[in-house]
Formats: sequence, structure tokens, C-alpha cells
Amino acid sequence: MTQADIDGPDATAPGLTRRQVYEARIRRRSMIVAATSTAAVMLALFLLIPLAPGWEGVKKSFFNADVFSKTFPGLIEAFLLDVAIFAWSAPLIFLLGLLIALCRDARSPALYPLRLFGILYTDIFRGVPVILVIYLIGFGIPGLGLPRPWNSPYIWGTVALVLTYAAYVAEVLRSGIESIHDSQRAAAASLGLGHGDTMRFVILPQAIRRVVPANMNLFIALQKDVALLSFIGPVEIFRQAGVYKSLLANFTPYVGAALIFLAVTVPATRYADYLMTKQARARS
Amino acid sequence: MAKLDLQGVTKRFGDNVVCRAIDLTIGDGEMVCLIGASGSGKSTLLRCMNLLEPIDDGVILLDGSDIAEPGLDPQPVRQRIGIVFQSFNLFPHMTAVENVMLAPRRVHNRSREALLPEVTELFMRFGLADRMAHYPDQLSGGQQQRVAIVRALAMKPEIMLFDEITSALDPELVGEVLDVLRALREAGMTMVLATHEMGFARELADKVCFLDDGVILEEGPPEQLFTAPKKERTRSFLSRVL
Repeated sequence: MTQADIDGPDATAPGLTRRQVYEARIRRRSMIVAATSTAAVMLALFLLIPLAPGWEGVKKSFFNADVFSKTFPGLIEAFLLDVAIFAWSAPLIFLLGLLIALCRDARSPALYPLRLFGILYTDIFRGVPVILVIYLIGFGIPGLGLPRPWNSPYIWGTVALVLTYAAYVAEVLRSGIESIHDSQRAAAASLGLGHGDTMRFVILPQAIRRVVPANMNLFIALQKDVALLSFIGPVEIFRQAGVYKSLLANFTPYVGAALIFLAVTVPATRYADYLMTKQARARS
Repeated sequence: MAKLDLQGVTKRFGDNVVCRAIDLTIGDGEMVCLIGASGSGKSTLLRCMNLLEPIDDGVILLDGSDIAEPGLDPQPVRQRIGIVFQSFNLFPHMTAVENVMLAPRRVHNRSREALLPEVTELFMRFGLADRMAHYPDQLSGGQQQRVAIVRALAMKPEIMLFDEITSALDPELVGEVLDVLRALREAGMTMVLATHEMGFARELADKVCFLDDGVILEEGPPEQLFTAPKKERTRSFLSRVL
């Protein structure tokens, strides 16, 4: 038997090792299988769903092209309010989260109240549903009879979001702080740096970088939870879609709103995934 | 008077006694090498000397005053005694020069501009002039370790401790780091090394201490300890590593 017989006919391809030829064949085959099975599933969905007895009705009330084109511009406009709420709460969340994380890291006995506060804070705000916090703060604080504009549910709803999400961000940052190896603290201490300087210049810069992907995921969730503010008043996209729904007796605006959210969150999620794989590769 | 004088230094981790009533005197400008198997207490003893580990018993006299007194602020002491670690422990998010300048800037309140001339000189002295703006992961192990030495020197310590600083290096990079130690020795720096480099210890040390199970079993000038060890355990350790 010659070497060519053992390798099979493809092995004579120029510049390819036996292994590369084999892998190329496997790749080709799995691509064909994946394409075929996806096509089969899609075809089945397209054929089967319209067979359902209520399909005509659903199509008219959820996927109505007329209603869609009429309401979509208004939805985009309302979405700008979501973006604005997100934009001014995100930095506040980060700052408050950082403060809470540092509180929990406080070492000296005189600062024990701060530590206790940090623990209670994260326990409470992670343990209560966001919508409850929004109701309690969004209705409760304006109820104190504050003068305009300080009674706006827009302000206090956002405050509720900030308070809740800061608790999550604080926990993520704390896990980042704890993930920095003790040898870094030892190196800083051996140079005579104090606790505060060590935290500020050595630990935090590394910790914050390390948890960027985890925080990205939180901020994607925040982008969606902004819609919860609609329950206490501000006419953002979810509430606007509700208004259109009542006006036109049609659910298509909700589908439009969902599409707008997806247009923002899908790229953001992909970006967070990309950051996470990049980091995993850098550390391995 | 001794520069650093350890008397009855004892260190425990839980029930595990790592240093058992160790006495050790280090004279001004001396170079002392600690040798011994892994786990014999060399590293712990070094970390006790600059108070990275609090000791359980005994005294450590620096220029005659006790630095191991419980409750004493360790920071001023650590500024006077520098340490270099086996795993470099550079700050990975800072360039080499930022690594070196951080402590003088924050602890001595000096500006980057004021520090730059002397820091540049240190980098040049150890052959790192073209590596100042590099991040640690862009440097070889030998270069990282030399930056770590420069970082400790920038605080102008009176004593330098070296904790097996060549153990994590590829063999061909050990020489460049030992050259740095040679240069420091010539400059008259007081140094304590935990090391496995027996040839180096033999060539340059004033005193070699053999640690075994948390005690200094035998100490003396290198020619005596390496050629005519008195204790059986010293003999068997040396026969395994030489």
C-alpha cells in the first residue's frame, strides 16, 4: 500500500496536511447539516402557525402593517425619554454602586457603621422587586407634598431605578475587588502605600476593568427596566404604545416597541459578549 | 551596632509554627543569604522583617529600635525596608515608570517632574532605559523583575529584602537579575536574600544561614558553610542542591 492510499484521495491537495483536509471535510458537512435542519424548522413554522384557528385575528391585531407605520415614529420619539432616563441614571448608578462597594470594604472599627450600611443596603435593594421600589418611591416621596418640579414621578422613578441598580453594581464591583490577588496589596503595602492609596491606585483600576462585562449586562437590563417607570406616569415608549393600543384597538404598537428595544439591546449584548471573550482570552 | 537585629522571632500560622525563636543579626552594608528547602521558613522570615506578616513573639530592632511592637504603624518601617517578590507583583495596569513613581508620589508627595531625573537614572543603571513606557506584560520576566527592583529602590530604602527573586525566571534570564544584585552589593546596600542560587550566595554573601523547619540550624561565612558544614542536615541539603 502506498502513502497516497493511506491518506485518501484528498491528501494530495497542495499545501494541506492530512489533518487540515479532514477538518475541512468535517466543517463542510456540519455546515450542510445545520443549514438543512434550520430550513426544515423555519418551513414548518411558516406552514404550521397560519393553520392555527386564531391566526387571522392575531395577524390583524399584532402584525398590522398600517398601524405599525402610523405609530412607529411616535414610539421612536417616546423612546428618547427612555434613553434620557438611562443616560442620566447610568453614571449615578455607577457612582453610588462604587460608594456602596467601598463602604463594604471599610476596615477600621470607626467606619463599622458604613460597613453595616453597605451590607443592609445591598440586602434590601437586591431583595425587593424593582417595580415595588418604583411604586414606593415614585408615589411615596411626591406624596410628601413637595413643590414642583420636585414632585415629578419622572425624577423619583429614576431615583428608584438608581437605588436598586446601585445595589447590583456594588456587588459586582465588590466581587471585582475581591478577585484582585493579595500579592498586589502586599506589593503596595511593601512600598509604604496606605489603605486608601492602595485601593485607589492599585486595586480599583484593575477591579473595575475586570468587571466591565458583568456591569455591561446590568446596564442592558437597566435599559429594559426603564420601561417600568411607565407604571407611575412618565410617557415613555411602553406607555406610549399602550396609548396607541387603546386609541387604535390594536396590539401592533407593542410589537413595534419590542423591536425598538431589541435594536438597542441586541448589539449591546453582543458587545458585552465580545468583551467577555476578549477578557477570557487575555487571561488564559 | 547591627542594622537589623532579630531576637527570638516566632511566627505561627494557626497551629503551624513557621519560625521558631529565630535570632539573626544583619550588619550595615552586609549581604546575608537564607538558604534551605521549600517550606523551611525563609520567605516568611523575610516578610516578617518588613512587617508584611506580624510576628507572634520576639523583637526586631531596626537601628536599635523595636519595629515589631504590636500596634506600631508599619508604614514608615516599610518605607525603610524594601522587598522584591518571586512573582514580581508589578501593577499590571501601569507602565514601568508609573509603577516606579507611584509610591514616591503618594508617600513622599513628590511630583512626576521632580522624580523623573532620578527614576530615569535608575532605569538606565539597570539597562531598562528603553522600557520605561512599557506595560509589565510587554516585558520579559527578567525585565519585569528588574523593574520591580527599581520600584523598591525608588523609595530609597536602607535595607533590601529579596524573596527568591530568580526562582520564577527562565534560566537564561537569571544572570541579568543577579547582575543587578551584584551592582547593589558594590554600592554598599544592606541586603537579605532568600535564594536557591548557591553559586551566587557563595560568591557574594557575608553570611549564609541554613534554615530547617523554622530554625537557623547553621550560619557562617559562605566558604565555611559550603565547604565544611557542621550539621548532618546541612550536609545532606547541600549535597542535594550543589
